[in-house]
Amino acid sequence: MLKNRIIPCLDVKNGRVVKGINFVDLKDAGDPVEQAKIYSDGGADEICFLDITASNENRDTIYEVVEKTSKKCFVPLTVGGGVRSIEDINKLLNCGADKVSINTAAVQNPEVVVESSKKFGSQCIVVAIDAKKNGDMWEIFTHGGRNKTGINAIEFAKKMEKNGAGELLVTSMDKDGTQSGYDIELMKNISSSVNIPVIASGGVGTLDHLVDGIKSGANAVLAASIFHYGTFSIEEAKQYLASKNIPVRI
Amino acid sequence: MNITIVDYKSGNISSVINSFNEVAKDKVKIEVTSDINKIKSSDKVVLPGQGSFKSCVHGLNNISGLIDTLNEFAINNKKPLLGICVGLQMFADIGYEETKTKGLGWISGKVSKIDNQNGKYKLPHIGWNQINIVKESKIFKDIENNSHMYFVHSYEFIPNDKNVISATTDYSSNIVCAVEKENIFGTQFHPEKSDKIGLQIIENFIKL
Repeated sequence: MLKNRIIPCLDVKNGRVVKGINFVDLKDAGDPVEQAKIYSDGGADEICFLDITASNENRDTIYEVVEKTSKKCFVPLTVGGGVRSIEDINKLLNCGADKVSINTAAVQNPEVVVESSKKFGSQCIVVAIDAKKNGDMWEIFTHGGRNKTGINAIEFAKKMEKNGAGELLVTSMDKDGTQSGYDIELMKNISSSVNIPVIASGGVGTLDHLVDGIKSGANAVLAASIFHYGTFSIEEAKQYLASKNIPVRI
Repeated sequence: MNITIVDYKSGNISSVINSFNEVAKDKVKIEVTSDINKIKSSDKVVLPGQGSFKSCVHGLNNISGLIDTLNEFAINNKKPLLGICVGLQMFADIGYEETKTKGLGWISGKVSKIDNQNGKYKLPHIGWNQINIVKESKIFKDIENNSHMYFVHSYEFIPNDKNVISATTDYSSNIVCAVEKENIFGTQFHPEKSDKIGLQIIENFIKL
């Protein structure tokens, strides 16, 4: 039986992890490679790096981080943030990323998803959807949630599936950072509208939130803070899900 | 000993390279190349594969003499070869992804889309699934039955002779996820992304 995935996400800026953490035996708390290794040793089903480097000059730092991590972690590695072009995707994959997540570029130019999935295969193209509730619909936001687009998230999700995306990483802008749980309605609506796997993101504060995320129809749950700050370990999260009869890899 | 990972521009093979280097350390030479002379002189060959069946077969065809060299290596000389993901699928006679495409014909059978049972099962089949070992295989030495492996694919290999199947996984139906026919080995899952247990499979292949 296919297991539900737990994906810890690390925010990386200028080659360093942004949020602090209390890992034991960690020599350098800001080193993304070391943190990724701890997650993968702890049973993470996949590792996600979100590059939040603001300036273009420092963009190259993420390539170095990916290269080093892929030599130490033998679980899938997804990298997102600032991915604009086929060339960016190519570079990340060559450094050892297994999947690349595309956000703003997919909204501005949906053809980039068509082209990249043809060139590299759907299996490595993840489309990241950042959405906020607006009246009756969920609206897509780009540029790290700063720009509204007027685009309906559900319609966009269907379009991305058609364009060749292998997975959707869905983040609720309303919930992100609140630790009050995923936007369950959003996850339900998107999961039931597409036939590709959905990764739920944004809002996890407790282990029950992970359970709710899977029950909403998502195939994987992504979380940052609860793992960053050492509130829970990956092992604890997995044991908890298993205790709630949610199939996970242990 | 030297092992060649065939680089025929089939997409991202860095993870395959990294995992083989991790297991081989300095004991075994790992070469990544499309040079047919180097392939001929190597002891073992790894055939990775990402993207579609069609694009991978085209990739092999685009390198002059490559398919002949692989045939000679695996079929005439019977040297060990490991196909991963689409690398395994290409063992078939024919594949139906994008369009009908002829495969290598090493293990007779076809590659078709996984039946998603009207949307009940999402495709691609992405994530960790357990393998059911149905026959002893040299690459499964010290691998427990029901171990988790990482999968990402939408198509499945359906061999005519079921005796070549060494493991299956349950997704919509019993999907063939490992084959062994004499010197030819293949995994539908990605040992290079399947954590320590996956590295064990790579080690088993290296030690053959």
